[in-house]
Order: sequence, then C-alpha cells, then structure tokens
Amino acid sequence: MPTTHARRYATNAVMTTLTAACAFFAVAVLVLILGYIAYRGLGAISFQFLIETPKPVGEGGGIGNAILGTLILLAMACVVGMPFGIATGIYLAEYGAGRFASLVRFLTDTLTGIPSILVGVFVYTIIVLPMKQFSAMAGGVALAMIMIPIVARTTEEMIRLVPASLREGALALGAPQWRVTTGVVLPAAASGIVTGAMLAVARVSGETAPLLFTAFGSRFFNVYLDQPMASLTVQIYNYAISPYDEWHAQAWAATLILMTLILVINITVRFFTRGKI
Amino acid sequence: MIAPRAAAPPPEQQQQQQATAQAKVSVRELNFFYGTAQALFNISLDISERLVMAFIGPSGCGKSTFLRTLNRMNDTIPGTRATGEVLIDGEDIYAPGLNVVNLRRRVGMVFQKSNPFPKSIFDNVAYGLRINRLTTNKTELQDRVRQALEDAAIWSEVKDRLKASALGLSGGQQQRLCIARALAVRPEVLLMDEPASALDPIATQKIEELIVELKKQYTIVIVTHNMQQAARVSDVTAFFWLGKLIEVNATEKMFTNPNEKLTEDYITGRFG
Repeated sequence: MPTTHARRYATNAVMTTLTAACAFFAVAVLVLILGYIAYRGLGAISFQFLIETPKPVGEGGGIGNAILGTLILLAMACVVGMPFGIATGIYLAEYGAGRFASLVRFLTDTLTGIPSILVGVFVYTIIVLPMKQFSAMAGGVALAMIMIPIVARTTEEMIRLVPASLREGALALGAPQWRVTTGVVLPAAASGIVTGAMLAVARVSGETAPLLFTAFGSRFFNVYLDQPMASLTVQIYNYAISPYDEWHAQAWAATLILMTLILVINITVRFFTRGKI
Repeated sequence: MIAPRAAAPPPEQQQQQQATAQAKVSVRELNFFYGTAQALFNISLDISERLVMAFIGPSGCGKSTFLRTLNRMNDTIPGTRATGEVLIDGEDIYAPGLNVVNLRRRVGMVFQKSNPFPKSIFDNVAYGLRINRLTTNKTELQDRVRQALEDAAIWSEVKDRLKASALGLSGGQQQRLCIARALAVRPEVLLMDEPASALDPIATQKIEELIVELKKQYTIVIVTHNMQQAARVSDVTAFFWLGKLIEVNATEKMFTNPNEKLTEDYITGRFG
C-alpha cells in the first residue's frame, strides 16, 4: 500500500522538523541570553573589579566581597541542605512505605513549589528577628531550605532507578539492609544524585529574594557568619535598580561572573566525581 | 533420589536417616502466598547434599518462588507469607528469631539476569567477604577472590583486569562473575535461578560444566526452562505444575520413564 507509506514518511518528516525546530528555539533563547549578558558584561570586567569592594558611583569598585559571599552562602547551603536532602531521599526510596512517607513526599513536593520569597520571610522570622540582625547564617539556612526538597526528590528518583536485582544480589550474599543501601545502591545512584545536587546548587545560586531578608548584603569583605554578607544576586539587584549607568554596567558584569561561577562549580564537581562513580 | 548405602538399616530407621542425616534441605508442607493468592501448595521435598537438583515446569508454576523460599529472598516482596517448614541441617529457617542475614550467607544465590555491582571485578567478588568480615587479612582476601574466580572458571579471562569495572564484561562473563561472587563466601547450598537463560550456547555450556564441577563441593538447586539442561546437569529432577510438586525422581528415570502421566506430557512437549 504505497499511499500509507507516503503518509508515514510525510508524518515522519513533519514531526522530525517540528521537534528539531522546538529544540532549536529552546536553545536559541538560551544562547541569546548568554550572548547578550557576555556582550553587556565583558566590558566592565577587570582584575580590579573581581577583587575590590563596591565604591561610590564614579570611583569604580568591584564585586570581590560579593563573589566571596556567594561562595560562602552556597557552601553553607550545601553543608546544611545536602545531608538533609539526601537522607530524606534515601528514606523515601528505600525505607519509606506507608502514610508517613506519603506525607513527607507530599510536603516535599509542596515545599518545592513555595515561592522563594516566602522562605526568606520565614527565615527572617525564625532567625533574623531573634538575633536582631541580618546574618550570613540566616542566608545559608534560607538557601538550604530551598535546596532540601529538590535534592530529596531527585535522590529518591535516582535511587528508585537502581534495579531491584542489584539489591537482591547484595541481600543474597548476606548483606544487611543498611550495607546494601550504602555499599551498592548509593554508589549506583551517585552520578544521578550529584546531577540533582548540582541542579539544586544552580537553582539557589540565582536566588535573590530569600537573601534580601536574611544575608541582606554588605559593602565589605566579611567571613563572619553572624554578620550580614554580600552576595552576587543581591548586588546585581541593587545595582540594576539604581539610576546610574556605571552601576548598570557593573550589574551586567556581575551577572556574567555569577553564571561563570555556576559553570565552574558544575564542571569542578563533575571532574572530581567522574572517576569514582 | 536414594543414594546407595553401605549397610542397609531397618526400614523405619532408613526413613529417619533420609530425612535428617542425608537431606541438606528438607521442606515440609510448605505453602506460600503472594497476598491472598496462593503460589505454592503443600510442598514436601528433600534435597540431598552434593547433588544437583533441577526444578522444571511451565512458566508461573512456582519453581522460582519455591527456590526463593529456600533463602527467604521472598521476604523482600511486601505482602508475602509462608507456612510450613524449611529445614536446613535440621534447623527451621522460618523459625522466629532466625538471623536471615546469616541464612543468606549459608545459602547463596545466582539470579536469572546477571547482576554485577557497578564496582570493579575484584570488589564484586570481595563484597560478600568484606560485609561478612570473613577475612580482614589483605593477602587472604586476594587469595579467596582468586579462588572463587578460578572455581567459577573465569579467572584466566579477568586476571589482568581485576580493577576494571565488572560492567565491561560480556553477558556470559558477568554471569560467571556473579557465580564467583556467590562462591566467595563459601555457601553450603547454591541456588541458581535460570542461570543460563540469557546466554548464548557457548556461555551456557561453560556454566553447565561449572555446575557439574561445583557439585563436588556444594549442594546445588537449579531452576531451568531448558529440559535438556536439566537432563545434562542434574542428578535429581523435580517437576512443578500450578504451584504443586508433581513428581521428584532421579533425573534419568524422570526423562525416560516418569511415574506421573503429567510429567510425561510436559517432558514430551504435550503442554507447557
């Protein structure tokens, strides 16, 4: 039946073109954004810009403290968020059956959808108000809270992908359940878990709203966790809403730096975990 | 399945002896349920030491389920339940308080689909030794890994790449690696669930030769869909049908002159 075949080939051609076009537009938007940020940002970047603290308009200044602040905040978010997130994911996938697990799963999903500004306000209430001051610690906790549900659910999904036959193989050798989880299941799911963790890092590194209420921002280099701390996103926000062209240019440059930072973190983690998993 | 005996004791004692002294595994009136669906009906069976017993029967007849009751692997499936007794060396493995982890070390298992861990070849075989703390000495660990790989007839193929990932091996090699992994902890009984069903004829032949070799040291129970395979490797064959044990007999007798009409029909290909 040649007619049916002709139709099949036509449908195939149309659908292939359509999906390719969609893929092209999706990537094109991303490339445009990246390209435009590089175009606007590159001009303001210099070595001074990367290491100096902000200065009044017209005197130059840089984002060194904000880069450091973002790194500290992200590290803190990871230290607090990853263990909770990964442990929750392991519980849900390996041990969680029944109503408590369903409840945890439902709440985790809900938490993923909560606007990040609410997390900021919440942490403001429970940490900033009692301490009577903005602090890096509060910022780290806020970012961790956004991270936990993402890490938990990706960890759960990745662990579920580990075939049951691997677990049975380990159990059949006389391995207790916890050794099956730590020795066989987690290593098998590790690369997926790392991907999920990296997505979570990328996601929170772009957060501004929760930091406005918590880490607040600072014009100085600061490494003390009980003090307000600068971050790239808050810096970008402050510069972007200012009326000065110079600060606008610096905001573009800081955006470019932030993106590069995420990229570098991602590549570094993948490089160091590549051989092991 | 009665082995020749030097001096013939009186009949009652003979029966007694067969049940306790000679049978490595002794199953008494075993019923098994998946939820409310009964999968095994009133199964009683003795498995003798240092022999190969094959389970045959059509798909879904319960042979794999039965095999998995022997190391309580079915415990991992929620909602399952067993009644009756499974005695290994006279000890009921379904008795409350029995250490399942310990049981599974004594009763090893090789699965239908090879399931090497995503670790190196060495670490796969060493896994059981390490988790059970069977050896803490590094040289001894290496020796036992080597011994297990030799016993599983795969040593010569992997000796130069013990640190390479096990996932890079071919299907037949992976399955022999899984056998080596099971042998490393020196189980008393080895359960094999269609160990060659996914392998080509050459790899299958290697596994079969291996089984014949292994029965000198181990008690082996093998589930197979391939009746020629059962005939080639086993000493005793058990035929399952719809969750019931229809007939157990010496393999030679089973394939030439079975007692049950149903067995004959199945073996000659009239159904299943």
